[in-house]
Amino acid sequence: MNEKYFELSNLSVGYNRKPLIEDICLDIKKGEIVTLIGPNGAGKSTILKSIARQLEILGGKVFFDSKEIRDISYKELSTKMAVVLTERLKTELLTCHDIVATGRYPYTGRLGILSREDEDKVDEALRAVNALDLGSRDFNAISDGQKQRILLARAICQEPEIIILDEPTSFLDIRYKLELLSILGRMAGEKGITIIMTLHEIDLAQKISDKIVCVSGDHVTGYGTPQEIFREDVIRELYDIDNGFFDPMFGSIELMKPEGDVPEVFVISSGGTGIPVYRELQKSNTPFAAGILYTNDMDYQLARLLACEVVTEEPFEEISERAFERAKELISISGRVINAGVRIGTGNRRIKELLDFAEALGKLGRAEQAGVLE
Amino acid sequence: MSHKNIQENSGPEGSFRSEIFRRRSRYITVFIILAIAFLVIIVVNVNSGNVNIPVARIFDILLTKSGDPKEVDIIWRIRLPRILMAAMLGGALSLSGFLLQTFFENPIAGPFVLGISSGAKMVVAFTMIFSLTLGHAMSSYSLIAAAFAGSLISIGFILIVARRVKNMAALLVAGIMIGYICSAVTDLMVTFASDSDIVNLHGWSLGSFSGMNWSNVRITAVVVGVTFLLTFLCSKPIGAYQLGEAYAQSVGVNIKFFRIALILLSSIFSATVTAFAGPISFVGIAIPFLIKSALGTSRPIVVIPATFVGGAVFCMFCDLIARLAFAPLELNISTVTSIFGAPVVIYMMISRRRGMR
Repeated sequence: MNEKYFELSNLSVGYNRKPLIEDICLDIKKGEIVTLIGPNGAGKSTILKSIARQLEILGGKVFFDSKEIRDISYKELSTKMAVVLTERLKTELLTCHDIVATGRYPYTGRLGILSREDEDKVDEALRAVNALDLGSRDFNAISDGQKQRILLARAICQEPEIIILDEPTSFLDIRYKLELLSILGRMAGEKGITIIMTLHEIDLAQKISDKIVCVSGDHVTGYGTPQEIFREDVIRELYDIDNGFFDPMFGSIELMKPEGDVPEVFVISSGGTGIPVYRELQKSNTPFAAGILYTNDMDYQLARLLACEVVTEEPFEEISERAFERAKELISISGRVINAGVRIGTGNRRIKELLDFAEALGKLGRAEQAGVLE
Repeated sequence: MSHKNIQENSGPEGSFRSEIFRRRSRYITVFIILAIAFLVIIVVNVNSGNVNIPVARIFDILLTKSGDPKEVDIIWRIRLPRILMAAMLGGALSLSGFLLQTFFENPIAGPFVLGISSGAKMVVAFTMIFSLTLGHAMSSYSLIAAAFAGSLISIGFILIVARRVKNMAALLVAGIMIGYICSAVTDLMVTFASDSDIVNLHGWSLGSFSGMNWSNVRITAVVVGVTFLLTFLCSKPIGAYQLGEAYAQSVGVNIKFFRIALILLSSIFSATVTAFAGPISFVGIAIPFLIKSALGTSRPIVVIPATFVGGAVFCMFCDLIARLAFAPLELNISTVTSIFGAPVVIYMMISRRRGMR
């Protein structure tokens, strides 16, 4: 059962019988968090709607517990799968408790009257999303972040095996994003609920997901673990980025490097002191070079993306003649040299020579003095 | 109703439990007020008219059918059927509005503004004239059937428009236009109908509860009673549908079937009203709004019965005014429902706009 839990086999999805995305093959295990990423309009939501049976499947099959999903009645499916959608709810005079309670629909009787057990489940779901105090509030009177949590509680209350969420973090500020995702993580981890969702925040997708699905154009371009998917080239290609960078290490997004091949500034730093300086130079669109950085220095990760040239050295080695000469050349070309704060030890003691060289040319300044910071 | 079970809730939070108690008391209060209003308005209605009959004697006549034969006749043959029809049709009209509002997810939807009443009126007028020229009057059932067909024609047009434009304002404009077209066609038919038909048609096509008899009451009771029961049994899917189609489907509602059911139920309600009393305006919008505000919830299981009773009270009240305001002259029922209903609708739109942020 664990092997083929939820399987998409050559699935084609789209609107009005026109396939938008074809040949989707995914194999999702129970309790996994699977996130669909990709550019706007790529059809991520279309895939979600199709597997939730809100849209007609245009080709291929979806298996849920080795049963084809088309053969499962809506009624049966409703006890196994819940959804949180992007469409905004237009309710009137309904409390959050009422909204969450609609999740009990598959379990209540003919008139939908809640039993004591149902009431307990509603409370439990509200507690799971830290919203017990919102129960008696009017749904229209709460914030977007609270609404999203209530809708998640509604889904939880349905006691599904799978929750499908379409962009659950849109409209939320960072705190609520984190809160919502940590709740999802808990649902998957503790209750073994499978989460299938779309996210725009690729940095968060990287951190919460077990599997990532890349959707672009008319097919799925990648499916794998975050380590496999979050590589600079994959993300660049997926989103067709030509105006910035994705840094897979931290999942951060960087703007474009300053224009120009000739460095105006040479930045000397180590252990992260260079990062704010690089960012400032990026903002003022000043081309710069950086060095001499060990390739395991965190400064290197950003310099690599933003500097027009980085002089590097292998980690923990003494600074080689080659690197030293290249740094001197760049300092000669640059108008200024910024010492962003560098720690000099026995391995990189030649940095001192470099600083002296810059000093002698009258180009050296501290980051603060250079007016780059503060 | 739902009160009993909600009461049993054992939520761990004390505040939450008291909240449920507060809600339950509010529901009960509203129902008690409605029940009292219902009884009072019946008594006042029976009591007043061209011949005033003292309250003490009313009960006698109602319970034992004995007393002054003229008074017995007035009450049993004229006033009582009329009151009962006003009550049942008022309730039916309000629920028809509530169902349409649910269907279109729009609080201003109703059988009158969407042109459904006018469509029913057109087909009824047509079949009436047709059968009168053939020399026999129409039975109540065929009246309802004709009105039902007319309702479905109008609603069919509305659905075609709704499929193309998602804009609610545009939908309402389309409904109003359909209403005008149907009224124009009706007027045309009336113009060319023979004199004797016109007298018959004219009063009816403007809306009135006058001239109801016990046969009307019996048929209406059956049709409205069954439709009400079915509607009440739909309160669960209606509640799910209030969150939108997609969520309703995700909890297991058969959307296709349910949408058809909503349309049919609301059409039967409004068709019955139009068949017997002609088109009546604003009740379908104003009453559900007032009831939901009074109850402080839109949960169908309480709103549906309360809306029915509320509509009944409102229409009996309006009929009373229609009869008495300029007695012996009688007003059209729509004249009165508009005077009371339209301001409510305007207030509703203003308060809703303010509520939206």
